[in-house]
Amino acid sequence: MSATSTTTSLRHLAQAAFALLFLRPFLKLFIGLRVYGREHLPERDPFILVANHSSHLDTAALLDLFPIARLRRIRPCAAADYFERTRTISFLSRTLFNVLPIHRTGIQAEDHPLRRMRQALERGESLLLFPEGTRGRGREMAPFKPGVACLAEQLPHVPIVPAYLINMGRALPKGEFLPVPFFCEVRIGAPLRLSGSRAEMLGAVRAAVEALRDRGRPS
Amino acid sequence: MSAGFPGWSALSPVVRMAAIIVVLLVVATITVRLLRRRSARPGFAELAARVRSWWIMAAVFFAAIAVDQRLSLVFFGLLSFWALKEYVTLLPTRRADHRALLWSFLAVPVQYYWAAIQWYGMFIIFIPVYMFLLLPLQLMLIGLTSGFVASAAQIQWGLMAFVFGLSHLGYLLTMPAVAGSPANGRSLVLFVVFVTEMSDVLQYVWGKLVGRHKILPTVSPHKTWEGFLGGIATTALLSLAVRFLTPFSLAETLGVTLLVTVLGFCGGGVMSAVKRDFRVKDFGALIPGHGGMLDRVDSLCYAAPVFFHYVRYFHYH
Repeated sequence: MSATSTTTSLRHLAQAAFALLFLRPFLKLFIGLRVYGREHLPERDPFILVANHSSHLDTAALLDLFPIARLRRIRPCAAADYFERTRTISFLSRTLFNVLPIHRTGIQAEDHPLRRMRQALERGESLLLFPEGTRGRGREMAPFKPGVACLAEQLPHVPIVPAYLINMGRALPKGEFLPVPFFCEVRIGAPLRLSGSRAEMLGAVRAAVEALRDRGRPS
Repeated sequence: MSAGFPGWSALSPVVRMAAIIVVLLVVATITVRLLRRRSARPGFAELAARVRSWWIMAAVFFAAIAVDQRLSLVFFGLLSFWALKEYVTLLPTRRADHRALLWSFLAVPVQYYWAAIQWYGMFIIFIPVYMFLLLPLQLMLIGLTSGFVASAAQIQWGLMAFVFGLSHLGYLLTMPAVAGSPANGRSLVLFVVFVTEMSDVLQYVWGKLVGRHKILPTVSPHKTWEGFLGGIATTALLSLAVRFLTPFSLAETLGVTLLVTVLGFCGGGVMSAVKRDFRVKDFGALIPGHGGMLDRVDSLCYAAPVFFHYVRYFHYH
């Protein structure tokens, strides 16, 4: 076994232990996370899960949807300028959350965020994507960044699954360190079939997320 | 009930109580099964589900009560935690309330710790005095004044009802034996919980069977005078069968049961008003299986503190 693959296995082991011993009990017992529409999650990778973003808990809650063994193929897209601001934070978010760092600023061609995401999908990894690009407040969602529509255009066979997260921003809002145990909820919608222009596809993705917010739990 | 079995009174009160609950649950289960055999009304399926969850709740409660006092306090602490969590999830909280809410959850283990070390003075003032002073201070320091009074009042109310009120069960549990009687804190907790919950169940049953006249039309349209009176009367009769848990005379048992059942009804009514204010239909959207802890402990929030102070005043001095 090469040094790299040993490191990778250790990293996955650490993520699995962290999820089993801390993250999952915390979400289950303290937050009381409930999941609706789990059957809409594709059984095969790759796919793109798109959700609203209001809290650091969002990523944890979405990772909670998958079996431990699958976590190595689930990549939460995370802002590099935030999650790589120190070496420790970078190491922890890569190790414990298996994040895919995305550069929001100072984009260079060889490190274009879309390229990284496309490569991950082509490797058979699935993406957790927050198209708002940052954490918002409450029910109002910021405009969606066009990346998800570009990926849909380039890789039309990859299913895009909408999700809506409830109360995460109340449990752990931006700027707070300790969570308050509000009941939180994940709603997952049916995978989308997108067509048309990029703007139309982006509009359809947003409409699907908003529908989960406004129309209640998926049946 | 006690006369028929030789050696019955030699058994410990907790064991006797467990036997009585099992008998009641078996009777309820058989009755519901017979009802369902006769008719396939959907109401009976719901009734069967309710009885099934009563089996589970009774088993969990007895396990929590019977094994170890610390375990019991942790159990009651979790009831408070869960009820408070359901309450604040429904509250229209502001972003600025985050830290005050955090303090109110941290108050739960602290309040039960006072019960565990039997520091009555601190137990009885911690939430009404210190948390009452602390929460507005925290909200003030955050600095957002719009909605300040509403936040301070709503958070304190939740603490009083679900932490302070319910924690009286925890404190009661740690109380020693009552002089000149087999009753102790544990048996008194069993008594007040049994009477309150039986009264809830029997008020529901009587209301379903013969309920006509609404008692709280705008708050709880399904509650009726027939249910209220029938439930209290039958609970009073049942309470005589569990008098061995208490130091009460026959007449006093009836009087205390009347007090506890009426208070339980008040608690249920008050919590119904709270849920109606929050539009309870939305409440169900967040927590599947209808309602939650709050619906089960609403009556106890009222019955427990008053029962506690009654026995403390009349039987522990």
